[in-house]
Amino acid sequence: MISGILQFEFLQNAFLTGIIIGAIAPLVGVFVVVRRMSMISDALSHVALAGIAFSLLLQKSFLSLAGLNPLYIGMAFSVGGSLFIEKLRGVYKHYQELAIPIIMSGGMGLSVIFISIADGFNTDLYGYLFGSVSAVSRADLYVILAVGLVVALMLTLLYKELFLLSFDEEHAKASGIPYKAIHFIFIVMVALVIAASMKIIGILLVSSLMTLPVAASLRFAKGFKQMIGYSVLFGEVSVIGGLFLSYNLDLAPGGTIVIIAVLILILSILFDKWKNR
Amino acid sequence: MDNVVNPIVKFEDISYKYTKDLVLEHVSLEIPRGAFLAIVGPNGSGKSTLLKLLLGLFKLQKGKIEIFGEDIRRFKDWQKVGFVSQKANSFNSGFPATVFEVVQSGLTKKIGLFKFAGKEDKQKVKKALESVDMLEYQNRNIGELSGGQQQRVFIARSLVSEPELMILDEPTVGVDSKNVHQFYEMLEMLNKKLGITLILVTHDVGTVTDKVTHVACLNKKLHFHGDACEYNELDEGELSSIYGHGVQFLNHDH
Repeated sequence: MISGILQFEFLQNAFLTGIIIGAIAPLVGVFVVVRRMSMISDALSHVALAGIAFSLLLQKSFLSLAGLNPLYIGMAFSVGGSLFIEKLRGVYKHYQELAIPIIMSGGMGLSVIFISIADGFNTDLYGYLFGSVSAVSRADLYVILAVGLVVALMLTLLYKELFLLSFDEEHAKASGIPYKAIHFIFIVMVALVIAASMKIIGILLVSSLMTLPVAASLRFAKGFKQMIGYSVLFGEVSVIGGLFLSYNLDLAPGGTIVIIAVLILILSILFDKWKNR
Repeated sequence: MDNVVNPIVKFEDISYKYTKDLVLEHVSLEIPRGAFLAIVGPNGSGKSTLLKLLLGLFKLQKGKIEIFGEDIRRFKDWQKVGFVSQKANSFNSGFPATVFEVVQSGLTKKIGLFKFAGKEDKQKVKKALESVDMLEYQNRNIGELSGGQQQRVFIARSLVSEPELMILDEPTVGVDSKNVHQFYEMLEMLNKKLGITLILVTHDVGTVTDKVTHVACLNKKLHFHGDACEYNELDEGELSSIYGHGVQFLNHDH
């Protein structure tokens, strides 16, 4: 496998992309989980699917757009979806969770329409749904690297504000920090990470990489920084291990990555129980 | 209590409603610098609403609030104000944060956007924890502590930014009765030793009146505002008119 990575560019792309998303998905996921917004990643991934389907439809309908990278349209849809969610949370102040199923079903509905108009797609869409080792191009890698750097930088710079907002929203508002702007930046970061992760792990499974490593580290982390550290570690082990299994067993990487993350979660629950006997 | 010279907080003719009915009616109140004021009143009397207006969490509908001599709508210097809510009651005990991290979050506004906590800030956190006697718990997860200890940590979080005014919204909810007395003693010490002005919304009328310097009785309207001694001299009939129903005096064992 190591020789394969050295030899084939597609494997290098897949592993380098995997290392990037293995870090940034759990990093964003820590804040998503503690703010009890886990379902938002599912909703946004369905909107990203609509973007991918729309992009594939454009490629099929207009020859001049054959070179269009679906990642860009997927990101645009995902970010657009995040803005809609925020708008809906404002409209339904007392039922804020309603925004999630509305956006999720809207995204899915749009995807089905685009797929129907295009009269079905080839295996490209399968790769987007469940992830693919061979689908990541060098151009994708550069885009995902840029997204990773921006997300890591923003989360580092806004760490203390995001911590306060996550721990005690009322106190954050009363302290006079620009919480609306910070929340908005955070939601856009979530949308970008979802779009960046989908080539490797797949749209239907992308939320698991944001939540499972965090759920595992919640069992025994002492403090917030330690939880971030464990979450990123578990994320990396899941992605690298999952890609390794995927390549050797010829399975979709989304499945193998998630199963490793689930195993880590089960082990952490058992470890926690054993420790607290 | 009228015409306080240079008050730290001034409410002027405040009225507020959520739907149809007013929860606050023409409330005017001046709080002098260095006071320890208890705002008491029955449930639904508008106490917490008044605090939320003061914290800028609700928008003013009628009237005017001045804080540190400035109109609340233009006030930016929020690090001068500490806030402690009913955390021990509503707190998510599963949140994975250490006591140190929680207290340090009180410096967020003071440190400023895109900046990181330095050595000096960490010293301030330790000092704040020391002043509430919680330094030895700094590396423990906040969820592992008792309600009373958690509330001390939240006091430390407010203290860390060295506020001149501290606002507390029923801070003893969820704190066992044994520790409530100690908790109020600690507040008294903050007021007397550190000179912090305290505004406390509470139901523990019997416990606080010998600790605070001033009392305000609110039941939509301000029914009483004066020295704690004056409040203690009110008779049953006067208190009944404030609370809107009969008041029975019970003897406390502390």
